[in-house]
Amino acid sequence: MSSVQEASTETTEVKEQKEFEGDADEQFGESFGADPTRYTFYRDRKEWADLEPVPQDDGPNPVVKIAYSDKFADVYDYFRALLKKDEKSERALALTADAIELNAANYTVWHYRRVLLQALSKDLREEMKYITNIIEEQPKNYQVWHHRRMVVEWLNDPSEELEFIADILSQDAKNYHAWQHRQWVIQEYKLWDKELEFVETLLEEDVRNNSAWNQRHFVISHTTGFSDPAVVQREIQYCLNQIRKAPHNESAWNYLKGMLQDRGLSSQPGLLEKVLELKETHCSPYLLAFLFDCYEDALEFSSQKENTEQEQKETLKKALEICELLAQEKDTIRKEYWQFLGRSVKNKYGGDGPSVAEEAKPSVPASETS
Amino acid sequence: IAQLKDVIIKPDAPSSLLLDKHADYIAAYGSKKDDYVTYLYCFFQLVIFFMILSGKMDTINVDKAVEFVLSCMNFDGGFGCRPGSESHAGQIYCCTGFLSLTGQLHQLNADLLGWWLCERQLPSGGLNGRPEKLPDVCYSWWVLASLKIIGRIHWIDKAKLRRFILACQDEETGGFADRPGDMVDPFHTLFGVAGLSLLGDEQIKAVNPVLCMPEDVLQRIGLQPDLLS
Repeated sequence: MSSVQEASTETTEVKEQKEFEGDADEQFGESFGADPTRYTFYRDRKEWADLEPVPQDDGPNPVVKIAYSDKFADVYDYFRALLKKDEKSERALALTADAIELNAANYTVWHYRRVLLQALSKDLREEMKYITNIIEEQPKNYQVWHHRRMVVEWLNDPSEELEFIADILSQDAKNYHAWQHRQWVIQEYKLWDKELEFVETLLEEDVRNNSAWNQRHFVISHTTGFSDPAVVQREIQYCLNQIRKAPHNESAWNYLKGMLQDRGLSSQPGLLEKVLELKETHCSPYLLAFLFDCYEDALEFSSQKENTEQEQKETLKKALEICELLAQEKDTIRKEYWQFLGRSVKNKYGGDGPSVAEEAKPSVPASETS
Repeated sequence: IAQLKDVIIKPDAPSSLLLDKHADYIAAYGSKKDDYVTYLYCFFQLVIFFMILSGKMDTINVDKAVEFVLSCMNFDGGFGCRPGSESHAGQIYCCTGFLSLTGQLHQLNADLLGWWLCERQLPSGGLNGRPEKLPDVCYSWWVLASLKIIGRIHWIDKAKLRRFILACQDEETGGFADRPGDMVDPFHTLFGVAGLSLLGDEQIKAVNPVLCMPEDVLQRIGLQPDLLS
């Protein structure tokens, strides 16, 4: 790495190491060498003398050359040497652990580790322990989660997964990787049974956990589905109960809207009345938006309902009033959107209703330059 | 203490692209059914970018890829990483960018998606990535660029967002942090600057929302991905 300038400040890798371990003395970790308290570079290890290290080839004119630490370059020079030789050995497996510790996002290393695990017929349950440790330290790393999935598939044993994921979620209830892995496990091994219960537990802890609401939709759509009116009624009730506890809850309202939007918002018996009731005591921009959606749905499907022209006008008026209220007072940050909705619905269902302020023409030209 | 990145930037750009090498690697990666949408986008961005230049679009089954991306659309109009995964602004950016690059933006419900995206704006003016999460300046890019791609950038309050982004700067060290008061880093700096560009700041070059590159660079090579109006 002769073109790398010597810098007085440390590189990212070393610093991240320090942050993670919290102690400068632990920076160098352990080695294969005789003295476990001093780190030995691979290039100085007798048992690696047979291998010629392979420096990184950044091409003839690298635009951005990363200033790797000596330790980093040494490990990866030897990793490349192993790859080149296609060596399948215990020492190679051990090196992949060092390489992962330095950069757990290097998927080439993870891939090679998988090749080694199979070639050496390693104990996959031991590997699962290793994986668990890495995930606990780096729960947002893509590669380790993918690796876990591969090993679970090889073992064909998901028995630890739900508990493990629950543990990760207890540390960060919205960890996207954890939820994704959970969805895969459940779908692959058909472990639907207790998941709704799990979701409800999480929502008890934090009713605003959007990931949990998403999971709720996932579970129901893959089990009972949303076609059964009894299920829909139950879910509506559940949503409204959660909303009573925490009215300003985007997730609950999104879930309600998402569940009903293709099933006719305005045709759910009693729903509009319940929402109007809630409006008095538990109002929020989300409630108002949902009301608007109900009115719009009613306007859309009026032909099926034998609505009179007068009823249509009334509904349109109410819809436009909500847009006005949101744009001018309740959700001014999204004024443009509410005004757009008001215009849309007015154009579509009749022009005799009250106008929404500043609705004369769209506030952005039809052709925008990029 | 600021975390200084010790990178060496040479003034010369590469003189030739290793097209075949990149295309082979990317095509092989993209053949697995369950690849992350994120990588799919990033790799398709690169692949399509290079393939447009070299005329090799037919190497990839674009229809299948589009099918997969659309299958990631959720009940709230957003996109997740895989079918069923929670809608997330980062994933949405990848999907809208991908659909732009493949000329498939018409497959979106732009009003519904635009609504979900403009709901990311919080009272502080900042944008979050999913409901009930904190604002983060990088979402000034993921959300804003997505809105720009689908032609609904005017649905967020620009003045408030600008104020938030500017507040994420560090006056002593320069750079942007994820939110005001935190440590700066290049990642958030890029997206803070890019977000400001999308908002129309005249001190910054116009940025292309699909490829996150200056427009003049793309104009120079004749690449103008689709946007909805």
